[in-house]
This record gives sequence, C-alpha cells and structure tokens, in this order.
Amino acid sequence: MTSRRRSEFSTLYRGREGQWSWIAHRVTGVGILLFLFAHIVDTALVGWGPDAYNRVVSVYHHPIVQIMELGLVGAVIYHALNGIRIMIIDFWPSATEHQARLFWATMLLFAGSMAPITWIMGRRIIEDLFG
Amino acid sequence: MAVDTEPRREADAGRRPRAGFELWAWLFMRLSGILLLFLAVGHVLIMHVFDEGVARVDFDFVVDRWSSPFWRTWDWMLLSLALLHGVNGTRVIVQDYVRRPGARLAWNWSFAIVGFSLFVLGSVIVFTFDPAQFL
Repeated sequence: MTSRRRSEFSTLYRGREGQWSWIAHRVTGVGILLFLFAHIVDTALVGWGPDAYNRVVSVYHHPIVQIMELGLVGAVIYHALNGIRIMIIDFWPSATEHQARLFWATMLLFAGSMAPITWIMGRRIIEDLFG
Repeated sequence: MAVDTEPRREADAGRRPRAGFELWAWLFMRLSGILLLFLAVGHVLIMHVFDEGVARVDFDFVVDRWSSPFWRTWDWMLLSLALLHGVNGTRVIVQDYVRRPGARLAWNWSFAIVGFSLFVLGSVIVFTFDPAQFL
C-alpha cells in the first residue's frame, strides 16, 4: 500500500462495508441538511399567503424535482436504517463481531423498503411525464 | 471521527471516559436519532409517499393540517431536532476535514448561525400561522 500513499492524512484505506456505510451516512446526512435549510424557507412562505406558498410548492410538482424527491426519501430511509445499525453497534459492543452481516441486513431492509416506495413514487413521475 | 486523543493506555482499558461536551453531543445524536426515526421517516412517508404524495400539498393542505395542534407540535419537534442533529453532524464533519483552527471556527459558526436563524423563522411560522388573515 505504501506506493499508493499520498500524504499522512490522505491514504487509500479500503475499509469495505464499514467505510462505505460511513461515507454514505455522511453524504446522505449533508444532503438532507441542505434540503432542510431550503425546505424551512419554502414552508415559511405559508405566512405570506396562498399566492406565495402555492407558487413555491409548484416547484415540487415538476417531474425532475420529483426524481430528486425520490432521492431525498431514499437518503432519509438510508440514514435512518444505518443510524439504527450504528446504535446497535454502540450500545452492544459484541455486535462488532457481526458488523458485516449487520451492514448487509441494513442494505436488505433499505432495498426492501425502497422497492415499494420507488414503485409508488416512480409511477406518479411516469404518469406526469407521459400520462 | 478524527478527534485528537491521547493514545489509550493499558490501565485505562475498561474505565469509562469522563463525561464532557463530546459525550453529551454523542448521546444527543442517539436520542434525537431515535425520535427522528419516527418524526422524519413518518413525515417523509406521509408527505411524499402516501395518498397522492407531494402533489396534494398546497396552501389549503397546510391550513387543514395545522388546524391540529398535534401536527404543529410534530412539525416543530421535527424542525428543532433535525436542525440540532444536522448542525451537530456538520461539526463532526468540520472536525474531520478542516484542520486550521480559524477556518474550523468560521465553518462551525456559519452552520450554527444558519441553523439558529432557520429555527427562529420556522418556530415563528409554526406557532403564529393564522389562515384567518388570508380569508
């Protein structure tokens, strides 16, 4: 690995399941927070009456925004399920011995919940585009 | 997390670390996380998946929903816990990637100020929204 080393603080560390779940937790967390910032502002527009609010939420009815919306729902579900995995490992240290299996169980739950959600939300997007 | 720590000595093994701000922040992330499992996942399912999803959301939908103190409380708890959980998350990330103390302080204060301002804005709207003024 020494040949791949770039600096003391940036090395190619192949952490496998643990590292991938950690990166995904960060990316989804930051993504959700940035959306939350925007979402508080758009919701606050209800205080300026129906014209202002209805105009801003009509953005969410656009098909491209609906695809991003599906990504947002996926990010929240992943962050929630992976958060449960983190808490299991934190509070029951012996769970570290099964960390890889816990990761795959989390992914299975994620895929299992996203399948129907993608079906429900995806059908709406397709109907909006071609229906 | 790349928190600067002393190397763990053999004598420290099994001893509990001293309670401090970081321990409370760690505990807060778990407790708020458990609450957000219900508040945030519930919110996302109700608003984006069930019924017609976000297509049914408009001014009248909000008037109807916020006629109940239950949903106002739900939304306010979601607002405050998600902001605190998220802003504390950025603090951990800044600690990992920003190494200059001045830049760290600037990033942390930026997220804290944006978070606090949005908390004030959101709280005012959730608690003072009165549709009667638009009739």
